[in-house]
Amino acid sequence: MSVDLGNDASAGETGIRKLDRVVIRFAGDSGDGMQLTGDRFTSEAAAFGNDLATLPNFPAEIRAPQGTLPGVSSFQLHFADYDILTPGDRPDVLVAMNPAALKANVGDLPAGGILIVNTDEFTKRNLTKVGYDANPLEGDSLEAFSVHEVAMATLTQGALTETGLGKKDAERCKNMFALGLLSWMYHRPTEGTERFLREKFAKNTAIAEANVLAFRAGWNYGETTEAFAVTYEVAPAKLASGTYRQITGNTALAYGIVAAGQRSGLPVLLGTYPITPASDILHELSKHKNFGVTTLQAEDEIAGIGAALGASYGGALGMTTTSGPGIALKSETIGLAVMTELPLVIIDVQRGGPSTGLPTKTEQADLLQAMFGRNGEAPVPIVAPRSPADCFAVLIDAVRIALTYRTPVLVLSDGAIANGSEPWLIPDVTTLPDLSVTFATEPNAPDGSGEFWPYLRDPQTLARPWAVPGTPGLQHRIGGLEKQDGRGSISYDGDNHDKMVRLRAAKIAGITVPDVEVDDPSGDATVLALGWGSTFGPIGAAARRVRAGGGSIATAHLRHLNPLPANLGEVLRRYQRVVIPEMNLGQLAMILRATYLVDAISYTKVAGLPFKAEELQGVFTDIIEGGAL
Amino acid sequence: MTTIDLGLPSIGGLDGVPTTDDKQSAKDYKSDQEVRWCPGCGDYAVLAAVQSFMPTLGLKRENIVFVSGIGCSSRFPYYMDTYGVHSIHGRAPAFATGLAVSRPDLSVWVVTGDGDALSIGGNHLIHSLRRNVNLKILLFNNRIYGLTKGQYSPTSETGKITKSTPMGSLDNPFNPVSLALGAEATFVARAIDSDRKQLTEVLGAAAAHRGTALVEIYQNCPIFNDGAFDVLKEAGERERRIIPLRHGQPIRFGARDGSAGSGDEGGEYGVTRDPNTGSLQVRKVTEVGESALVVHDASLADPSYAFALSRLTDTTLAHTVTGVFRSVDRSTYDDAARAQVQEAKDSRPADLQALINGKDTWTVAG
Ligand code: SF4
Repeated sequence: MSVDLGNDASAGETGIRKLDRVVIRFAGDSGDGMQLTGDRFTSEAAAFGNDLATLPNFPAEIRAPQGTLPGVSSFQLHFADYDILTPGDRPDVLVAMNPAALKANVGDLPAGGILIVNTDEFTKRNLTKVGYDANPLEGDSLEAFSVHEVAMATLTQGALTETGLGKKDAERCKNMFALGLLSWMYHRPTEGTERFLREKFAKNTAIAEANVLAFRAGWNYGETTEAFAVTYEVAPAKLASGTYRQITGNTALAYGIVAAGQRSGLPVLLGTYPITPASDILHELSKHKNFGVTTLQAEDEIAGIGAALGASYGGALGMTTTSGPGIALKSETIGLAVMTELPLVIIDVQRGGPSTGLPTKTEQADLLQAMFGRNGEAPVPIVAPRSPADCFAVLIDAVRIALTYRTPVLVLSDGAIANGSEPWLIPDVTTLPDLSVTFATEPNAPDGSGEFWPYLRDPQTLARPWAVPGTPGLQHRIGGLEKQDGRGSISYDGDNHDKMVRLRAAKIAGITVPDVEVDDPSGDATVLALGWGSTFGPIGAAARRVRAGGGSIATAHLRHLNPLPANLGEVLRRYQRVVIPEMNLGQLAMILRATYLVDAISYTKVAGLPFKAEELQGVFTDIIEGGAL
Repeated sequence: MTTIDLGLPSIGGLDGVPTTDDKQSAKDYKSDQEVRWCPGCGDYAVLAAVQSFMPTLGLKRENIVFVSGIGCSSRFPYYMDTYGVHSIHGRAPAFATGLAVSRPDLSVWVVTGDGDALSIGGNHLIHSLRRNVNLKILLFNNRIYGLTKGQYSPTSETGKITKSTPMGSLDNPFNPVSLALGAEATFVARAIDSDRKQLTEVLGAAAAHRGTALVEIYQNCPIFNDGAFDVLKEAGERERRIIPLRHGQPIRFGARDGSAGSGDEGGEYGVTRDPNTGSLQVRKVTEVGESALVVHDASLADPSYAFALSRLTDTTLAHTVTGVFRSVDRSTYDDAARAQVQEAKDSRPADLQALINGKDTWTVAG
């Protein structure tokens, strides 16, 4: 297998170079359609069979001022002929649709990188807007790059003169021109994009055809002009056999919810309130009501989770989705779910915080909020996906825990996972876990009184019975007040409270989770890099680099943050040094230090973007060589 | 069961809830929990009225759920031998909405108070009224915070001296009926804890209504706000202050004046409409004549009339309108949500594999 180091595998003689991987970044104004362009190129790469990973990056404003630095939107795509782990540290190719996009992104382009610029936007006014005194295309500041100046707007308009489309509408198709040009450069299949455009603009065939024409014009421009001496090929990846599709984290979570409903046989109720970056889960789910899914857009975050818990009480699968600020609002209801011991799944798609923070940027700083952000001793199981495709299995695992142990479960995704995409080896749905549940139907009082005791626990799981309204003879009352052990009546007795607090804690601590697996190919590593959530890609890619350079490092990744895997303490003690990279200020490190008294090294960054593999490679190498951070 | 026939479509509030022929009594609805309200609390009377009323519905007890928030009245579910949830402060309508949407076979009742429903839970209240979820909301209004020991509430009269307002409260109170009508509630009524007969009638009409029914119940808190509604209970005062509504009948109240020859329904006062402003006012019947009285119509689609009625009540209780202000038919959120799911099920098979495969797959050979 190739390693994640370079991209120049071999050079052909016919002007076609074979590469093992490429990172392309499309950058433009938020109104330029860069997300769509990136999405389409991703689909082409997926259809071609490459492995891929994507990183959309866009402003929080829907339409930030045109042509300005804050208005720049970009989409980075990494595709390869082997299994890759991240969207790539730095682009090999940067497409800059305007001066702002150039200025905001050119710093990431390494020397020798390809820069494709839409020259039409490089007017004096636009240059001044972003603080360019002189046109960078004219000086020597871009000397280090292979620069291609293309008048994309003009060429697009030219290609569309016959269509009779207005100048403005024609110019808006320039992103498809860029896509066509890049598709030509990388020998991408085109049918999918043409079909997509015709479907997307089915209501306006003139616009659909204009986009297709612009796309083809871009392709033809590459082929007929001699501006581009070489084209590139990235062969399909040799992934595990099976059927794949491309999927984003939010879509995978939505599918996981549908699948969990089907596998449990329960109706699903999603009670939620729109919030970036979680809303797409609601959008996706609302399309699948044929699976017995009800989506309830509530008046606020609190009502969203309240409705979900009410549905759970009635025997449905209650779900709620949000981001960090929403978790703050939902905390009291999560506490009620802890107290009433009802199944509930809460998805937190983390974003930059505190407060409103950075709504469209990623972060993983809600871990301690998820662990402890409630009054009283209110333990909640936490699971975290490590990548977009992993979201599906994680959601199903969260539902397993919620149903088996009658508890709210928190799923911690993040902005990078939510909007990023990668190939997903689609599971055969008949092999998914059976999530069926048994409701209580009979009185259960151990004293033979024929009463129903709602807090009599299963000795194995410590879960209480789920007795849904409508079941004769089991009428009972539950709520937020402390319960008498077993019988479940209100109890203010201190000793009983002590017992109940410990029982609730023991129930969560006793949840079965798989052991954490360690990846240490050489078997002689003395340093362990441990992560959770979306740091999986960068940690793995960095470890590959370290190993390719002859070093040894072990890696392990936690899906279960609460309870932690039973073997984790032993794993941590096996290594001389443990480093924990996190997109927060050391939250997992704090938990592990407290739990295992391990002197873990915390490496942290909260810059709104994932770690770069190169950066972590440096960190790991330093530690291996005995340096401390 | 007493209901007010408003000539509405046949689908009632209880359609879909299983019934029983077993004879039930109030005793069947008493749970084994010791009732812990203060002696003399108005909540006792309401609890007794509800426990006596429930058997008249003929429902299976296990298909009835009482959901409450936090406050004195929110202990209510513990005392009913039905399913019950004592949720969190202000959030009972949210919880009940999720339950009602997913379980059409349940009769869902929300018990709340003036602080729970109108202060911390104001948002959920207006939105459940707007959505018209099939819930019956009993709002116990004692115009004070009882459980937290006597602070003023959003229905306390301005200037109220309480523990938290030693110099008098500053804010203008809500009129819960006006608020509900402003949210375009489809069913709004008011009753008084001490008038079991009318309370039972109103509960019956609420239960029969499909959609959110808000019933405000004036409830005396003898500990922190004793006598708040006494003027509505004293003989002599009661008659000239309470304006009882009866659908289809002229709105008339006051001491019966047999000599005026006005019959059993008569009374000294009546409600008339000011032809210039359209607002309602209380007039002496002898001055305006019986034909000038407004005939109560709870089924008017436009809520303005019911709102005007609600404005006849103010915090001084010089007049208090009771009975059903408004009862109109409008599609309920829960019925509509279930219909959408059913429509989707009917039009597309639930093929999970096809869903997750999507349109663009590729295969890697082994
Ligand atoms: S404080 Fe008032 S409302 Fe609360 S139980 Fe006592 S009397 Fe009733």
